[in-house]
Amino acid sequence: MAQMNMLEAILSAQKTMLQRDDKVIILGEDVGYFGGVFRATEGLQAEFGTNRVFDTPISENGIVAAAIGMSINGLRPIAEIQFADYIYPAFDQIASEAAKLRYRSGGEYSTNITIRTPCGGGIRGGQTHSQSPEGIFTHVTGINVIMPSNPYDAKGLLISAIESNDPVIFFEPKRLYNGPFYGEPDKSSVGWDTHSKGEVPEGHYSIPFGQAAITRAGQELTIITYGTMVHVVETAVEMTGVDAEIIDLRSLAPIDYDSIINSVNKTGRCLVAHEATKTGGFGAEILSIVQENCFWKLRAPIERVAGWDIPYPHAFEWEYFPGPKRISNAINRIMEA
Amino acid sequence: MAKNQNQFSDGNSQNQLYVPQPTARPDGFNDFSHLHIPDVEQSDRPAIDCSPHDMRDLAYGLIRVLDDDGKAKGNWNCGVEPQILLQGLKDMLLTRMFDERMQTMHRVGKISFYMKCTGEEAISVAHTAAINFEDMVFPSYRNQGILLARGYNLVDMMCQCLSNARDNCKGRQLPIMYSWKKGNFFSISGNLATQFSQAVGWAMAEAQQGGNRLATTFVGDGSTAELDFHSALNFAATYSPPVILNITNNQWAISSNQVIAGGEKTTFAARGIGFGLPSLRVDGNDFLAVYAATKWAAERARAGLGATLIEYFTYRVAPHSTSDDPSAYRPKNEEDLWPLGDPIERLKTHLINLNEWSEDQHNILIEKIKIKLKKSYKEAESYGTLKTGDRPDVTTMFEDVYEDMPLNLRRQRQEMGL
Ligand SMILES: Cc1ncc(C[n+]2csc(CCOP(=O)(O)OP(=O)(O)O)c2C)c(N)n1
Ligand SMILES: [Mg+2]
Repeated sequence: MAQMNMLEAILSAQKTMLQRDDKVIILGEDVGYFGGVFRATEGLQAEFGTNRVFDTPISENGIVAAAIGMSINGLRPIAEIQFADYIYPAFDQIASEAAKLRYRSGGEYSTNITIRTPCGGGIRGGQTHSQSPEGIFTHVTGINVIMPSNPYDAKGLLISAIESNDPVIFFEPKRLYNGPFYGEPDKSSVGWDTHSKGEVPEGHYSIPFGQAAITRAGQELTIITYGTMVHVVETAVEMTGVDAEIIDLRSLAPIDYDSIINSVNKTGRCLVAHEATKTGGFGAEILSIVQENCFWKLRAPIERVAGWDIPYPHAFEWEYFPGPKRISNAINRIMEA
Repeated sequence: MAKNQNQFSDGNSQNQLYVPQPTARPDGFNDFSHLHIPDVEQSDRPAIDCSPHDMRDLAYGLIRVLDDDGKAKGNWNCGVEPQILLQGLKDMLLTRMFDERMQTMHRVGKISFYMKCTGEEAISVAHTAAINFEDMVFPSYRNQGILLARGYNLVDMMCQCLSNARDNCKGRQLPIMYSWKKGNFFSISGNLATQFSQAVGWAMAEAQQGGNRLATTFVGDGSTAELDFHSALNFAATYSPPVILNITNNQWAISSNQVIAGGEKTTFAARGIGFGLPSLRVDGNDFLAVYAATKWAAERARAGLGATLIEYFTYRVAPHSTSDDPSAYRPKNEEDLWPLGDPIERLKTHLINLNEWSEDQHNILIEKIKIKLKKSYKEAESYGTLKTGDRPDVTTMFEDVYEDMPLNLRRQRQEMGL
């Protein structure tokens, strides 16, 4: 075991896979010599050469298309999209091609690409360095959508993503790169050395997709969330003193039905929290799963706390962000219902 | 373009993917001696109705007017009035000093982010001088010189960077992502190159409605890789609308050298040739050359002869942004060795040669600008900063998503207790 922050864990996953499988390659804007704008590929080009780790032209469409083509010819590409906010030029290649290739060719062709991309706010990045577009991709059947909330999960899930023979979009909540974020921007930040999930094995291990993690066990209320919000929800739960169970989905597609259903059937109450905008967001899907499977056990209406339905505003970052206050209010409403 | 451009191209024979490399990294040395810089006299100036086919050389050469001694020469020397040059010098200096001031404000934590255009001032400023105020600009984020040359209020610019109560973008955008409708300056996008094809659309509408304005738009060397760049060229070639398509080739795109954008084997200007567009490659640090090339393209556009692609060859002296440290990927003194010099120094020398300017006047101007910037900043801060004082009213955060606020947003605003 070693102490790693989330960036180091992501770097370690990529390095592990570059070592194990000479078909693994990395491409993206600034990922080569420089090691990425967040340094998630630092040192990999020096170690594995430009043949395995290389910079690309600034064309997200080109990056994903080339990665698909390379995968068809035997490679296992990891494509970095510098910010999730810049993934849209690649949308056609993801939604029409990567996601549908296996199906449309009757299983003859498929693509194994992993698309890594930093997402989420909290770094004063304004509307083009803060978005959480996971819900756009969970609606596209044929791709896996993953979002880890800590270094241990990030490495294990990224290795699964690289090893998967299906396309994966791996969202990295950038606010968590250097430490857990509890939703209180005015408090001084802490590192992953303060968190048990900052302990990460140095070698190979993987975490299967479709398995949520229960990060806090509880009896009175189930809170379903993922990414940065896992830690923000923890703060809110402490504020209220409610005995809540927190489920970190980790994998949005495929989704872990059993963990959600068992927990809500046990507690009879459910809150869903995500940073992405609310309307049409992934929270709506979770709500449907709960209402379809747990209706007769529910003791209160299900609630959603999410980003407001607006672009991420630079000056109002913390008014936009669904922080502990909004979550604790929702918890209290549900408990009083 | 490098003389020894194919030095690595036997890579494939060694079971290697060919990945182009910059001339030097931090541990190396680059004095740009591999660059071929043509003489000032070398470039022809074709008539504005010249067929693109007959002027292809200009996409591979380098249009220059100011020689190394600051003398204006050659076919592209169009005898610009000293008044325009003096104004250009002032605007370039203002741009450079504005950048310095805002960079300092970032260092002391007053603004969250900043991007300088050091070394590239002539491109925005001379281009603006050569078009009309009514012409519509679709800028990149490194065109602050256009705003300053069009006389945008310094306090307004600073308030945008401060996201304060007077920020016309209402605190919604990162610093420098300006929008100035009254100045015919389009809202800057954080997503690269999107403006390039929008400018073509604007110009198509101008043609369709019989107007006399033109559109002009900018991208960086790195951003030419985006699909929007290619769509822009395609639509511009197809419909011949009045638009100038400008590429600022400053050699770098964050850590990626222009070779990664496909700049190794040909020029960026030459991208236009395949589409049948007239394409010019210009010394971007030469105020007179930028001015002359822009004038040519503008005249052509206004005569109904369609679009022109222009590459400005320059160097990004500044870091990419305040989040960037170039010493991690390029030699420390590379900018000092850039063979095309500094645009401000070059125009200054020229004006001194003409007896239109002096060192004394220059120093007085610097002092004047300093005072003006200081005063403007003081006023801007009185409207608040991101951390202290006034911000735009928080309820405004729900406005302008749509023309009329839909129910979901009304409810959310209520939920926030506003
Ligand atoms: C669609 C998109 N992809 C990536 C980015 C991240 N990014 C911002 S600036 C930049 C480099 C652009 O370089 P260039 O076009 O040469 O312009 P310069 O910064 O040199 O002016 C990158 C990759 C972005 N803003 N938008
Ligand atoms: Mg550039």
